[in-house]
Order: sequence, then C-alpha cells, then structure tokens
Amino acid sequence: MKHTISVLVENRFGAFDRVATMFSGKGFNIKSISIGETEFSDVSRMTIVTDGDEQILNQVVKQLNRLIDTIKVIDLSHTNHIQRELALIKVGLQKTTMEEIKNITDIFRGKIVDINNKSMMIEVTGPPEKIDAAVNVLMPFGIKEMARSGTVALNRGEQLNQKNEFVQTN
Amino acid sequence: MSNGTKKLSGADIFFECLKREGVDTIFGYPGGAVLKLYEKLYDVDFLEHILVRHEQGATHAAEGYAKATGKVGVVLVTSGPGATNTVTGIADAYMDSVPIVVFTGQVPSHLIGNDAFQEADIVGITRPITKHNFLVRDINELATTIRKAFYIASTGRPGPVVVDLPKDVIASECEFSYPDDVDIKGYKPKYKGHYNQIKKAAEIISNAKRPLLYVGGGVIMSGGSRELALFAKENNLPVTMTLQGLGAFPGTDEQSLGMLGMHGTYWANQAVNNCDVLVSLGARFDDRVTGKVDTFAVNAFKIHVDIDPTCIDKNIVVDLPIVGDVKHVLAELAAEIQKTPDVKEWWNQINEWKEECPMAYEDADGKLRTEYVIEQISKKTKGEAVIVTDVGQHQMWTAQYYQFNHPRSNLTSGGLGTMGFSVPAAIGASFGIKDRPIISISGDGGFQMNIQELITAVAYKLPIKFIIINNSFLGMVRQWQELFHAEKYSFTDLSASNPDFVKVGQAFGIESYSTDDPKEVDTLIDKAMSINDRPVLLEFKVVKENMVFPMVPSGASISDMIVKRLNPKRMM
Repeated sequence: MKHTISVLVENRFGAFDRVATMFSGKGFNIKSISIGETEFSDVSRMTIVTDGDEQILNQVVKQLNRLIDTIKVIDLSHTNHIQRELALIKVGLQKTTMEEIKNITDIFRGKIVDINNKSMMIEVTGPPEKIDAAVNVLMPFGIKEMARSGTVALNRGEQLNQKNEFVQTN
Repeated sequence: MSNGTKKLSGADIFFECLKREGVDTIFGYPGGAVLKLYEKLYDVDFLEHILVRHEQGATHAAEGYAKATGKVGVVLVTSGPGATNTVTGIADAYMDSVPIVVFTGQVPSHLIGNDAFQEADIVGITRPITKHNFLVRDINELATTIRKAFYIASTGRPGPVVVDLPKDVIASECEFSYPDDVDIKGYKPKYKGHYNQIKKAAEIISNAKRPLLYVGGGVIMSGGSRELALFAKENNLPVTMTLQGLGAFPGTDEQSLGMLGMHGTYWANQAVNNCDVLVSLGARFDDRVTGKVDTFAVNAFKIHVDIDPTCIDKNIVVDLPIVGDVKHVLAELAAEIQKTPDVKEWWNQINEWKEECPMAYEDADGKLRTEYVIEQISKKTKGEAVIVTDVGQHQMWTAQYYQFNHPRSNLTSGGLGTMGFSVPAAIGASFGIKDRPIISISGDGGFQMNIQELITAVAYKLPIKFIIINNSFLGMVRQWQELFHAEKYSFTDLSASNPDFVKVGQAFGIESYSTDDPKEVDTLIDKAMSINDRPVLLEFKVVKENMVFPMVPSGASISDMIVKRLNPKRMM
C-alpha cells in the first residue's frame, strides 16, 4: 500500500542524506521524495511516498523519528490532506498533432511553457494520479523528456507542525 | 553559559570540553590532521592518552572501557586512513549500543572534496553506523557539538557518535563557553514508561501460569540489574539472558536458566517455546535468539520493554509494548504487581527439562577441551572476573560455561560479531577496571586480527590475562561446514599456518605458556592469576573438531534444536 509521509527535519547539512541512507540501509522503498523550505528558516519539510504494509510503515515512521535531525514525522495517509505534483513534459510535435496536444493540455488545465519546431513543453500540476493520466494520454505523441517534482503534501485544516511531539507506540 | 572573553584555540576548547565531560582516558593515534590536538595534549594533565597500534584497536578499546565502566569511551584519530580504520569498531559499537565518541581529524575546510592527501568523507562513510555524526564547520560550534556528541552517545539507547574536525577549525580561535544544557529538537529520549501499560503488564504477569523473563543488554546499560533481581526474586520468575544480557542476573542463581537462542540451554529454549507470558527486557528479538520467527514463543503473550521504539515490532510483533528505560520500568512494574504468580508447576516443568538434557561435554578421553578450560576459569575466578571474548566457538562456550555474577563482566562483540575484538577491548576495560581481573579469551583466528595491540598492554603494564583457545581452526566456521556444508573445510584449517603463539607472546615481551594437557590447566590459570603487574599469555591447545552444542540451526525453529552430535561416528 502507498503511504505519504511528511517529515520535518533540521535544515542542516546532511539531514537529507541521513533520511536517504536510512531508507536504503533498511531496505525501505522510496517512490518519490521531495524537500523544500517551510515557514521556519531552520526547518525543511520532506515529503516521502513509500509503500509497504502497516508493520513496515510503522518501522519507517519509527526509524525516521529515531534520526536525531528529525523533528516530526506525520503519516498523512491517515489524515485528510492535499497532494500535488508538478511535471514538465516535452512532447514530440508535428503540424498535424499540435491542435490535439493543445486540447489535451487544456483538459488537464496544463500550460504550454515552451515550443519549437520539433517539440512542445507542457507543465501540468495536480495530484500524482492526474499527472499519470496526462502522461498516459500524451504518450502516443512521443514523450521526449520528462521531469516530475515528486509529491508534496499538506494536511487540511489546523497545522500539525507546531508541537514537538513524538509518535508513541503505546 | 559560563565565562569567557578570552579567546581560545580549537585545540584548547577541545580539551576543555573533554575536561567538562569528565573524560579521564582517551585512546588514540596521532597523524597530520590532528597535530594541533597532539601538540596541546603534550601539556594536558587531567587525562591519560593511550597510544594504540592501530585505530581499530582504539575503537574497540574505547568500547571495552565503555562496556566495563558505563562511561563514554573516547577515541582520537587522524583523517583519511586513521578515520577509516575506526569504522569496524564504530559499526560494532552501533550494533551493541556502546556509548563511544570518536573524534576524527579532517583535512582543512577549503580542501574538503578536493581528494586532498589523507582525505576521506568519514561523516558520509559512518552515517549508517553511528547514532549521529557531526562535521564541525565553524569554531564557534565546536563546544556545543562536543557537548551534544557526549549527550547523544550516552543517553537513550546509547551508541557511537563521530565528530569530524577539520584542521583549520582546530587551529582557529573563538571565545569559549560550554553549554550547561543540551536541547536537540528531534531528540528527547523517553525514560518513564507509560503507566497504564505498566499496570496492564503487572496484571498479566500476576495471572501468568508460565511466565519467563527474557533479559538483554539493555538491563545492564540502564543499570537495572538490582531492579531485575528484586523483581525476579519477589515473583519467583525464571530468567533467561541473551549473550549481551549475561551478568544482568547472577548466573549462579537457581532462577537463572542461562542463555537462550542458537547456542542457549535446552531448558531456556524449551521455556521460551512453552511460556504463556514472555517479558522481554532491554532485548531486541535478534535472529540468533528467535530462530524462525513464525514459531517463536507462538503461544505467549509478549511484553516488550525497550527504550528504543524502533525495536518494538521490528522482528517480532508483540502484544504489549512499553517504551522506556528498563530500570525505571522494572521498578514500577515491581510496585504494581498485586499478587505473585503461581509458578510452582512451571518450575517443576523447567527442572524436568534441565534434567532431561543438561549441559555436558565429552571428557573421558583425557584430551583438552574448551568447555573444561572455561569451567576452570569460572571456578578459579568465582565468576568475579571481567571476561572479554572474541567471536566464535570459544565465545559461545564462555557464554555457556562461565558463571557471570555481575553486570558489565561479559564484554563481547554480539551484534556485529567482530573477530579481533577481545585483545583491544580487554585493554580498554583494564583502564576502567582496576579491582577485578581482566581476562581476554580469543580463538587462534581472532587473536591474530588485532595482535599488534599486545604491545599496548605491555607498554602500559596492564595485568591482562590473554588466553588463546587454539584448535588450529576457524572453529565456528568449521562447525557450520561440518554440519551444513558437506564437510568441505574450505580455508578454515590453520594448523599448518598458525604462528607459535608462545614465541609471539615472548617477542612482545609477555610471559607466555602453552599446554594441551587438562591436568596443567589449573596450574597455568593460577600462575596467570598471580601476575598482577603485567600481561601474561596462556595458550590452550584444544581438540580440533569439537562443536558447540546445543545448537539451533540458522533459520530453524527453536524446537528443532540439535542437542547431540549429528554424526556419531566422529568421536574425538
């Protein structure tokens, strides 16, 4: 099962590495990972999408908590949250296909951000499933290059990141 | 915050911090990147620097010191190879939760990343094998970082911390102030167990018919041996220990079932298989303990007390977890128990198992065996010595036949299984413990893995008894080859290539003796015990093809224990 975990870490040299090293060392899977600043300059937020059963997820959360640079771990899977991803997709272009690609881009509320004689770059944002759908539809036109940001996510409503509390097992 | 308008150099600050942390011994080896520190060390009088002969020896010595005393072991080495040589010791300390702080020199900041002479990214290399590590990039952070390093290493579940010190940082200056408190946002170890969980555990133990305490190294680390003894005695509970747990409860006590797991006693493993309540105290359900997890204590209600939440439900899913310091939890648990469980029948059953399959070894042929040597050492020292073993057959026989009566008496590499641990770890222990004999026991293979440290013991006149159990084989590997690998003794026979250990000892200036006669064992042990101002070496030439039993084959269920020799035609 897929899980989205939000991790607040010290915005410090090596903090990202520790998380990545832990995942590979323990044999946990990373489907996507993104990292960026938060409302506090000394704190970064990592959004990690991983998969595994409940026991594995519990271990992932505990192992993340165990890292000294980790301030808070939130398993968003059990909360009402918003997920977004951004993709830049470079699609092959022929005179005959241009109109169709434009239509598809509109349907996905994407933007055409670059164009030349041979290709067109489309920007799409949305939940990861929407990006997947856009990719599938654009595939027949020939995707020349693609960059996806990985998922970022935030729970709805009241913020969870103010208090420094730990996930308890009991 | 304390005083300071005067500027101090990085080297001054370094030693000032060690002083504030109460460090009295450091194990180290000088080199280019730490020359400033060694220059300053020349005038430092509050601590003793022990010069080892290889940096791996320094880390194991620091581990031995830390395991024996409970204090933080400290290592100081140079950059590059100096730092990479500490890696095995750091990994060892990580697996066995030993509090050590390793200071490594680093090339000057502006050269980091340039493949400079003796540069290695030791922070990157040690990231997965340290509790935490630091690269000090600014002299203003030096004191706080050292404070944090000692705090992290010694609190919660202890472990190794590496502090990498670039040469220019040590050479620069700043005002010194040492923080009184440490505040790390993401690190707040939890010592007190959850009250409701403890109450529930007490109730379940009270009503148990076949309870069993499964005790690990955590009890020793938390200093909870007294609490354990009170709790176990008060409620007449059987106690079985892991390799690292030996000594947490007196081995001579009739409630001790000895060690459990792969080479545990028959009755301890039967008790695990048949108990109805299993209380794990500071242990981590290691694969050498559980064997096949699907069949491990299947009918038991499992209570797991551990300070590290990641240990819970990692290998075995438990019914009642209690996150907290085992010493605190044991004291509270004892107070919460309303009635002592009725365990009379359970004890009858355990005693039956004991009679059914007691620990025994072949001794009718007059040949020397390790089991006998260990038994004699145990008798002669009355279980009062600090025993430092290496890894392999002799380690298991020591666990089986030495009656450890005190915590911090069994120093061994359990998790990582590092051959070469014993000699340097015994050296470290002997700087921490002066009033009890220190006995290093190694096999002929492992003894050669850090043999260079013998001269450290000689140089500091350490009264260590170095014991070599020489069966001319890598015995444990040989045992697996005989049992599971078609008797192909591939590269485990050292008989043609071992050195003359007595001559080796003598070359280092150590009084050395050797025997293969059981009748001489007592005399040699007495001789060794009478020498208290310098090391002594004893080589026991034991039979080659002896095997450690009982044994639960790797990955098998505990009930599939091999209690006797598989191959009856081989009688040695």
